[in-house]
Amino acid sequence: MNATHSLVARTGTFFHRYANPGRFLRLGARLQPWLTWPAVALSVTGIVWGLFFSPADWQQGDSVRIMYVHVPAAWLASSGYAGLAVCSLLSLVWRHPLADLAAVEIGPVGAAITAVCLATGSLWGKPMWGTWWVWDARLTSVLVLFFLYLGHIALIRAFDEPQRGYRAAAILGLAGAVDLPIIKFSVQWWNTLHQPDSITLTGAPTMSTAMLWPLLVCTLGFTLGFAAIVVARLRAAVMESRIRAALSARRGRGHAATGGAQDSDVRGGAVA
Amino acid sequence: MTHLPYIATAYGMTIGLAVLLGTTAALRLRRARARLAAIDRPARAGRREDQ
Repeated sequence: MNATHSLVARTGTFFHRYANPGRFLRLGARLQPWLTWPAVALSVTGIVWGLFFSPADWQQGDSVRIMYVHVPAAWLASSGYAGLAVCSLLSLVWRHPLADLAAVEIGPVGAAITAVCLATGSLWGKPMWGTWWVWDARLTSVLVLFFLYLGHIALIRAFDEPQRGYRAAAILGLAGAVDLPIIKFSVQWWNTLHQPDSITLTGAPTMSTAMLWPLLVCTLGFTLGFAAIVVARLRAAVMESRIRAALSARRGRGHAATGGAQDSDVRGGAVA
Repeated sequence: MTHLPYIATAYGMTIGLAVLLGTTAALRLRRARARLAAIDRPARAGRREDQ
């Protein structure tokens, strides 16, 4: 029991080291170029490689090239939500203030990339399966993930008191993580029109290396790009929070000087 | 049947969204940095005067 408590406390201490907004802003500013420029270089390389230099599939022809944008989008849709779930855990267990802001910023980016995953999947499905959409286990579970993102975006902004919104959205974020293994194993648990995974951690990939390399380059580039966008949005959110707190304090001083009551508008000022 | 329109739409949509998300994040960061600097400047000057 004591060991568990000590582990929780030590983990909390580790994460709270980066709860300091000033420290996070310095770290973010240092990280930003290392995320942004490799993301641009790798994404452009992967896309050009996939579009013009990788071979066409013997069965699918050129439409297999949609894989180079669809698979990274699908990977990011799931891993982005995993990030959201981690932020939710940090928020609920350790009340980490930056975790709440990170969850606010990951939500819209994750929803957008999930929408791209669904749309590019449809664009790949139409020429291959003859239909834009089927209520297949993989497609449906990713659609549920998209709705979870939308629900999170709506819930976190739904309350006048931000802390209540953060808490409600964190509960949804954690509960929604149940969908991630369902997405992953849907092609094994049910008979689906969607093909099984071509790349797994345990087995050899079932695709040619001429296709695998551009796919890996694209995936790495998109992942760094996702991280770069989230870090930039989070840095902006921390700065906006500081601006609100500074303006609120200034208004408070103004009221006090004129004998008025202090303004209690501290919305989002928790991390300032 | 050519699959080119499907491929072009998929790539166009992905690249368009990446550019949109990246640009809006960069602009938001730039605006926030400028506003924070504008707020901090008089506050720092005030602190210096107090000293």
